[in-house]
Amino acid sequence: MTITDAKNEPIARRLAKRKLLDKKIFLSSLKESIIKLDPRCQFKNPVMFVVLIGTAIALVESVAHSSIFTWGITLWLLLTVLFANFAEAVAEGRGKAQADTLRQMRSGTDARKLNDDRTETKCPASELARGDLVICAAGDQIPSDGEIIEGIASVDESAITGESAPVIRESGGDRSSVTGGTKVLSDQIIIRITAEQGATFLDRMILLVEGANRKKTPNEIALAILLAALTLVFIPVVDVLEPFAKYLGDNVPIVTLIALLVCLIPTTIGALLSAIGIAGMDRLVQKNVLAMSGRAIEAAGDVQTLLLDKTGTITLGNRMASSFYPVNGYSERDLAEFAQFASLADETPEGRSIVVLAKEKFQIREHQMQGNYFFVPFSAHTRMSGVDINNDKIRKGASEAVCSWVKEQGALLPEGLEEIVAQVSKAGSTPLVVAKNSNILGVIELKDIVKDGIRERFDQLRAVGIRTVMITGDNPLTAAAIAHEAGVDDFLAEATPEAKMDLIKSEQQGGRLVAMTGDGTNDAPALAQADVGVAMNSGTMAAKEAGNMVDLDSNPTKLIDIVEVGKQLLITRGSLTTFSIANDVAKYFAIIPALFAQRYHELNALNIMKLHSPSSAIMSAIIFNALIIVALIPLALRGVKWTPASAGLILRRNLLIYGVGGVITPFIFIKLIDMILTTTRMY
Amino acid sequence: MSLAITLAVLFLLLAVIWRFLGQYLVCVYSGKVCFLGFVERPIYRILGVNKDSEQTWKRYSGALIIFSSVSLILSYAILRLQGQLPFNPQHLGAVPQALSWNTSVSFVTNTNWQNYAGETTMSYFSQMVSLSVQQFLSAAAGVAVAVALIRGFARNNASTIGNFWIDMIRGVFYIFLPISFIAGLIFVWQGSVQTLKGPALITNHLTGITQTIARGPAGFMEAIKEFGTNGGGFFNANGSHPFENPTALTAFLSIILLLSIPVALTYTFGKMVGNIKQGLALLAAVVFIFAIWTGFSLKAEASPNPAVSAAHVVSQNNGNMVGKETRFGSNLTDLYNISSTQTSTGSVAGANDSFTPIGGFWLLTGMMLGEVTPGGAGSGLYTLLLFALIAVFLGGLMVGRTPEYLGKKIQAKEVKLAAFGILVMPITVLILVGIAVSIPSGRAGVSNFGPHGFTEILYAFTSQANNNGSAFAGLNGNSDFYNIAGSIAMLLGRFMIMLPCLALAGVLAAKNISPDGLGTFKTDTPMFAVLVIGVILVVGGLTFFPAVALGPILEGLTHGKLY
Repeated sequence: MTITDAKNEPIARRLAKRKLLDKKIFLSSLKESIIKLDPRCQFKNPVMFVVLIGTAIALVESVAHSSIFTWGITLWLLLTVLFANFAEAVAEGRGKAQADTLRQMRSGTDARKLNDDRTETKCPASELARGDLVICAAGDQIPSDGEIIEGIASVDESAITGESAPVIRESGGDRSSVTGGTKVLSDQIIIRITAEQGATFLDRMILLVEGANRKKTPNEIALAILLAALTLVFIPVVDVLEPFAKYLGDNVPIVTLIALLVCLIPTTIGALLSAIGIAGMDRLVQKNVLAMSGRAIEAAGDVQTLLLDKTGTITLGNRMASSFYPVNGYSERDLAEFAQFASLADETPEGRSIVVLAKEKFQIREHQMQGNYFFVPFSAHTRMSGVDINNDKIRKGASEAVCSWVKEQGALLPEGLEEIVAQVSKAGSTPLVVAKNSNILGVIELKDIVKDGIRERFDQLRAVGIRTVMITGDNPLTAAAIAHEAGVDDFLAEATPEAKMDLIKSEQQGGRLVAMTGDGTNDAPALAQADVGVAMNSGTMAAKEAGNMVDLDSNPTKLIDIVEVGKQLLITRGSLTTFSIANDVAKYFAIIPALFAQRYHELNALNIMKLHSPSSAIMSAIIFNALIIVALIPLALRGVKWTPASAGLILRRNLLIYGVGGVITPFIFIKLIDMILTTTRMY
Repeated sequence: MSLAITLAVLFLLLAVIWRFLGQYLVCVYSGKVCFLGFVERPIYRILGVNKDSEQTWKRYSGALIIFSSVSLILSYAILRLQGQLPFNPQHLGAVPQALSWNTSVSFVTNTNWQNYAGETTMSYFSQMVSLSVQQFLSAAAGVAVAVALIRGFARNNASTIGNFWIDMIRGVFYIFLPISFIAGLIFVWQGSVQTLKGPALITNHLTGITQTIARGPAGFMEAIKEFGTNGGGFFNANGSHPFENPTALTAFLSIILLLSIPVALTYTFGKMVGNIKQGLALLAAVVFIFAIWTGFSLKAEASPNPAVSAAHVVSQNNGNMVGKETRFGSNLTDLYNISSTQTSTGSVAGANDSFTPIGGFWLLTGMMLGEVTPGGAGSGLYTLLLFALIAVFLGGLMVGRTPEYLGKKIQAKEVKLAAFGILVMPITVLILVGIAVSIPSGRAGVSNFGPHGFTEILYAFTSQANNNGSAFAGLNGNSDFYNIAGSIAMLLGRFMIMLPCLALAGVLAAKNISPDGLGTFKTDTPMFAVLVIGVILVVGGLTFFPAVALGPILEGLTHGKLY
């Protein structure tokens, strides 16, 4: 069983690369568009339902009073409905194709189930229940979502994340969760299954991309109501034309009235509305983000406050030792040497960076340890680590911790230490104090490195009115310095999970929508409280369940992309609605003179497009009305372009393109279609 | 006064009124002025209203409905019992049932559509107690609903939107009564009649013919007729009658009066929601449309009447003078009529029917925009806010955020109520016109044929559904069909907009006000005014284009050909 496809390409990346429309989707969508003609299916969309009924009436009329014109109108009305179905089918088809790809990943192999008496039995992955224990060794595929309860292993998660570098998963802590469909590369782990069959991460992912239980989002509902109202109002507008015409001694054929009605109701947006929503979800999947609901995507567009963890989001994951500041008359080399001693056993990136710096600066090679030595690991209680050599205790740690340790031994703090510590903190770095017994040797500066380009992203966010708040466990001084360097608007220092929660709540009470990212179990309550909670895929199951989105790449800056997709979704709907309504102006000028010009030739003055004949005018309008749906499918799927700018600028741009453009475009194209119809002598 | 000076003075005075009357309205409805406490308190006691109690939107609506129903029954009863009631020097009998009904509905809904001639139908008592009282009350009710809706926007997480009874009483005593009294004095000083004596008999000694000159308590009614955007005159000829509107000064005063409250309410709105620019943006949208309509209408009426030109009988150097008073001339008459059709007042200083087809087009379409430019007392603002909500919704989507207006999220419920409130008027008008042109009793009332006759019917229902009340004439509305169909139009056009507005007020008041940021779509900008203008024109245009094409446009294109 392989989790990459034939071309050995991670599936996530393949999803991202998919073209807007391939042949397979095209053909299946064609079929779907016919199936969707089912009135029960159409009823969900009042705009298109009216078109369908209109088509049926036109069909009856065509049979009764057969002419090229009536049949032509009937045909194009039918095409209008089919085009709308096609748009929806294409959007759904893309999701379905993705779901198929994901389904291939679902494990078909047997799992090694661990019984209570520690014996193993083979059992199909599909029969695993929640709470079961399974054992996975190197080369095994993890059968279902779970938590490691024993062991450590490197896991290839490329099938889900597209990231080829294996990740370490181990029992306990925030890196204990594993996802079904990924593969163990080394070592052996015991996993407790945490998901019911059919409810695994992969299953949910499949449902999501398929749009199987897609619910309408609040804005979509509001827009649907407006569109229904606009459809409803045009029914009397068109209906009363019949008695009006009679009163004026004229007669209007019913097929023409249906054509007018269909032209006036907002068919363009009505046809594309659901495609836009499905495509929005799809675009997120392409960015490797899984949204648990469309509502969350929409909320992302509304976010006003973004809470970002400092580490990994704003700064590179790890702090690096950058300088040594000796005190007490020690040389820098002395300090470096003892700092290195204290860090030899320290496997954290910070510890290693100290060893590296000592080597780079003073060519201090790793010492061969001689005599009695004993490594003291870091503990949250002492907040120090180090080594005991013979009778010397060498320690490094947080400044307060080391200082009080020294004071306990009855020594005084050396002069200048406080200043150095303060200076390092102020610069946004972390000071580590090194001491040998009661002597303080100096300070190591651990520098936080702000990610490249992060400042520009925050500037963009600010331009669209989103406030960024950095969350960090650092002290306020350090936090302020980094916040300044990274260009965030605000920061929360010495953050505890409770403080984070309080911040979210207070922002929400002020009426702001909050987005945050998190990965740890202690982030879970805050993720659940935030309006948009993006859990990192590398995080714990608890975090993933609490959030309403999961970022498969575990890249916290993804929030910015999510916001963009959310905004695009709304902009696309709003713009196409405006376009659709603006189109009506030209259609009126095409059809109204055509309706009455035979009886009242004076009304020909309104025929400003100089359309050839009444029937060619009506045909042109209805053909334009149908073709514009097809023409706009790519826009609906891709979304209207969004660049970070103030609301005023965005509005002006979209109003110009879709409002003013929406008035002008149909004049041009209806005239063109009329010319084509006339020159081909169809009318 | 030349037209330019008239317009300049008009706009200048309205700017002052916008600022000061607007501020005064804020004070009245937030309870900051109370110099008439000695009048208020006993009334509250009689009504059993606690001065500090507030109502939810449902109770507020309930109070409005009860109040309007009682008003309707009372004024209907007075008209029916007119023969038995005092102040009836002409000994006029009961007003017929259908007409009484239509008239009561008309005055309770602030429409003042009149299917009767006042001087030959209504006793002085009916004019004063049934009609004129409603002119005060219906105007105050309109402003009360507008203020309740403003409170909905201004309040954060609130369950109440004010108290209908208090808003009503304060509106009548602090605003409508005092200002109408002062304006009434000016009308009387200028020559409007104000007497309880019966008609005067004047004998021409040369011909020996005795003429009956109708009189009555018309002067003060004239003031509230304009100030309350009512429009229902004492005499049939309305504002073109010299006893109602004697001089150019009173004509000008009338224009000022009828524009005052609707214009000032935009200031009140801005002030109450905490940002005057919000009101200014709405005012800008309103003024823009008003100016266009007025400009084109003036231009149309300054041109010769095509039908008269075709007859080659008189020169028309002063524009179209058919149906206009020489006292006012073409411009002032037109300014009066166009202002009154754009404010849901409906009073006229000349015959609308005699306007040129294009002039008539501007009168008619001014109402079709929903009476929001600036519309009636209160009704103008609350309907305008519905358009603003739709504009916010579209604009908000287009900038990529859940739309917000004044910090209130505009979602399904708000869109539903706003769309309902906006669309009820066009749907009512079109369906009723459709019925009228299809049935014999509807066709019977029309005195002209073809597009002009069609325009008359279209105008009648547009006017009534918009609670305007001006008539295009030429249509005999005093038939059972038109009396009843008209009353349906008036009731729907009034309460089916008021109730969604009050529901909106309740829904909005309960919402949080979210702070605005750079990403929020700003509603105190020229851009927003443009969007509101767009929504008003598009909604009006799309719903009425076919009807208007078959009415005034067709008539205009046929160059005054008579059918």
